[in-house]
Amino acid sequence: MSTVAERLPELAAAPIPVTMAGALNQALADALATDERVLVFGEDVGTLGGVFRVTDGLATRFGENRVFDTPLAESAIVGTAIGMAMNGLRPVVEMQFDAFAYPAFEQITSHLAKLRNRTQGRVELPIVIRVPYGGGIGGVEHHCDSSEMYYAHTPGLRVVTPATPADAYTLLRQAIDCPDPVIFLEPKRRYWAKETTVLEPAGAGIDRAVIRRTGSDVTLISYGGALGTTLEAAEAAAEDGISAEVIDLRSLAPFDEDTVAAAVARTGRAIVVHEASRFCGYGAEVAAQLSERCFHYLEAPILRVAGFDIPYPPPNLESHHLPSVDRILDAIDRLQWPDAVNGTKAGR
Amino acid sequence: MNPSTSLPSRPADLLPSEVPLSLIDPAGRPAPEGELTMPADEVLQRLYRGMVLGRRFDVQATALTKQGRLAVYPSARGQEAGEIGAVLALREQDWLFPTYRDSMAVVARGVDPVEVLCLLRGDWHCGYDPARERVAPQCTPLATNTLHAVGLAHAATVKGEDTVALVLLGDGATSEGDTHEALNFAAVFNTPTVFFVQNNGYAISVPLAKQTHAPSLAHKGIGYGIRSVLVDGNDAAAVYAVVSAAVARAAAGEGPTLIEAVTYRIESHTNADDATRYRDRAEVESWLVKDPVSRLANYLTERGLLDEQAGAALDATAEAQAAQLRARMNVDTVSDPRDLFRHVYAQQTPALRRQEQELLAELAVTEATEEDHR
Repeated sequence: MSTVAERLPELAAAPIPVTMAGALNQALADALATDERVLVFGEDVGTLGGVFRVTDGLATRFGENRVFDTPLAESAIVGTAIGMAMNGLRPVVEMQFDAFAYPAFEQITSHLAKLRNRTQGRVELPIVIRVPYGGGIGGVEHHCDSSEMYYAHTPGLRVVTPATPADAYTLLRQAIDCPDPVIFLEPKRRYWAKETTVLEPAGAGIDRAVIRRTGSDVTLISYGGALGTTLEAAEAAAEDGISAEVIDLRSLAPFDEDTVAAAVARTGRAIVVHEASRFCGYGAEVAAQLSERCFHYLEAPILRVAGFDIPYPPPNLESHHLPSVDRILDAIDRLQWPDAVNGTKAGR
Repeated sequence: MNPSTSLPSRPADLLPSEVPLSLIDPAGRPAPEGELTMPADEVLQRLYRGMVLGRRFDVQATALTKQGRLAVYPSARGQEAGEIGAVLALREQDWLFPTYRDSMAVVARGVDPVEVLCLLRGDWHCGYDPARERVAPQCTPLATNTLHAVGLAHAATVKGEDTVALVLLGDGATSEGDTHEALNFAAVFNTPTVFFVQNNGYAISVPLAKQTHAPSLAHKGIGYGIRSVLVDGNDAAAVYAVVSAAVARAAAGEGPTLIEAVTYRIESHTNADDATRYRDRAEVESWLVKDPVSRLANYLTERGLLDEQAGAALDATAEAQAAQLRARMNVDTVSDPRDLFRHVYAQQTPALRRQEQELLAELAVTEATEEDHR
C-alpha cells in the first residue's frame, strides 16, 4: 500500500499542491500497489513514462511485468486487455491521443462494451482505457479531438472525465475498481493545472455529477476541459449580477440526470458548455432530457455553447473554435431574462 | 518483457514446409515418412469418433435451419479434421477461441450443443459460460478473437499459470488487421498462443487468390518471427500432431505458432448463401474425394482399429445424439424481455430501469388488448 496518507503519515490530511498529471500518476501507483491484478500498458508508458508523463516512474517501481510498453497498435492494446481481463487481470491501458484510439474502435464497441451482455453477465471486463482528449494545447491535427460521444453512445461503456486534479485521482481509482469497462477521458489542457488538495480514493460516486459553484439564476453544465472556462464565465457573470451555478458532469455515461434536473428546476435556465462539436454533441442529449423532465420549470430554451461543426482546427485558429468566457456570457444574455424595467436583472 | 529466447537460429527455420504436412493420404494410406509422428491408436480412434459425431451434429444443425429452428447456420462440413483435431489436442486447462463456423469444435470441447446453438437460434448471443467451459464466445466479427487469445495467454504467463490459448480463424480473417497485430503481440511477448487458420478456400464468395498474394497463409508468420506450419487440414492425424506440438511448445515457454490447415468448405457459407454463383460443382467434387472422415476410417480399418461393428455402434450413437438434439431444439423457448436490460452494466442504471418499465407497460397493454379480442 502506498496511498499518500501512508507514504507521508505526517501529511495524512494535509493538502499538497498537485497537477492533474501528478494526481493521475499517484492514482495509478496506488492502484498498482493495492491490487496485484492491475496492469498498466500502452505506447511509451513504460520507460518514457508516457508522452504526458502520467505513467512516470511506474515501470521502475512496479517492474515491467506490470507496467510495460506495447507495439504500436491500438486495437491490439484493447483486444489483448480484453483477453487479460477474461483471465482475471484488471488492465489500465493508455491510448496516446484521442484520435489515435480510433483503430481500437471495433474492439471497444463490439467486445469491450458488449461482452458482459453477450454472455448474460458471465464475462466481466474491469478495464480502464485512458484517453488524453480535447484541444486547447496547440496540438496539430489528430491530437485534439473531443471523442466522447463515440463512446457515450455505446451501451455498456462508462464514460467519465475529470476536470480537477483531486477529482482525477478519485475518478481514476473508482474507474479501476469498477466492474464495468470505463473510458477515462483526460482533458489535456488541464494536465498541468495545479491544485492544493488531498487525494482521496473515495468521493462523489463514479456516476455522479457535482455542483462546483452554487448559484440561483442559471445552471451552467460542463465537463472536462471546458469546465475551467465555464467557472470563469460564472465569476464574470456574477459581476453583472447574475448568480450562475456550475455543474461538473464528471460522468457522461451514465448521465446523472437527477442532479442536473434538480438544479435546473431550481434555476429555470440552463446552458451546456463543451468543446466537442454541437451537432449530436453531449449538449443535445442534456437539452433533450432536461426539456422532457423540467419543461414547466424552464424560463428559456436550453442553450449550447460548443465547438463548431468542423474538423478540429489548426493551432493558430483553435481559439475561435473553443468555448470562451465571452461566448458563454453571450449565451447567458440570450436566456430571455425579464425586461430590465420590469424584472430584477439589472442591465439584462 | 518475455523476450523470445527459443527462436530457431536461422529465420528460414520459421518457414512452413512447401507442401502441407500429412500423415495419412487421401486414400487412407500412410503418407511417406515425414517430420510428424503418428498419434497413438487410442487418439486416432478418438479423432474418428469426434469427426463422426461432429459431422452428424453439423448435418443436424443444417436440417434444423431448413426447418426454421435456427436463424442461420454456417456449416463446417468437410472441415471435421481441423475442427476435431485441433480441439482434441488441447489440454483441460487450455482455452479455445472459436468463430461462428466452429460450433462443431465447441461441441467437441464438451459444451452442451443446445447452449452452443443458442446464438444461432436467436435466443441470446452466447449460451454457455465461457469461464466454466474455457471457451470464448463464438466470434462473428473476424479476427478480433485473435487478440483476446493473445491477451488471455499473456495473462496466464503473468500469473504463472500453465494455460495455452488456441484461436481459430479462417483464410479471410488473415487479411484483417487484428490478425497481424495479434501475431506481432504474441511474438513480441512470447505468449502461449496457437493460431489455427482453417484455409477452406473461400471467404464467403472470395477465393483465396483474391485474398492474398503470399505463397501460403503460413508464410505470414515469418514476418513476425513466428514459427509457422502448413498442414493438410483434411488429415485429422496430422492436424492433431501439429497442434499438439504447438501446444507443447507454447506450454514450455517457446512461444506462439501459426498453423495453416488446408481444407475446403463443402457447403455454402451459410444456408443463406448460394455457392453455385462463385464455384463450380467439379471443384466441390474434387474435394469430396478427399473427405477427412472416410480417409481416417479407411486408415483405421486397414490397421484393424475399426471394424463394422464398432462403426455401426458409433453411427448409432451419432444418430441418438442427433435425435436428442432435435428433440431439445424443437422445444419452444420463451425469451424474457426483461433480459434486454440485464447485464448491460454490473448494476442496472436508473435510465435502464425506466426503459424496462416502459417496455413492460407496453407489453401489459398489448396483452390486455389481446385479452379483449379473445
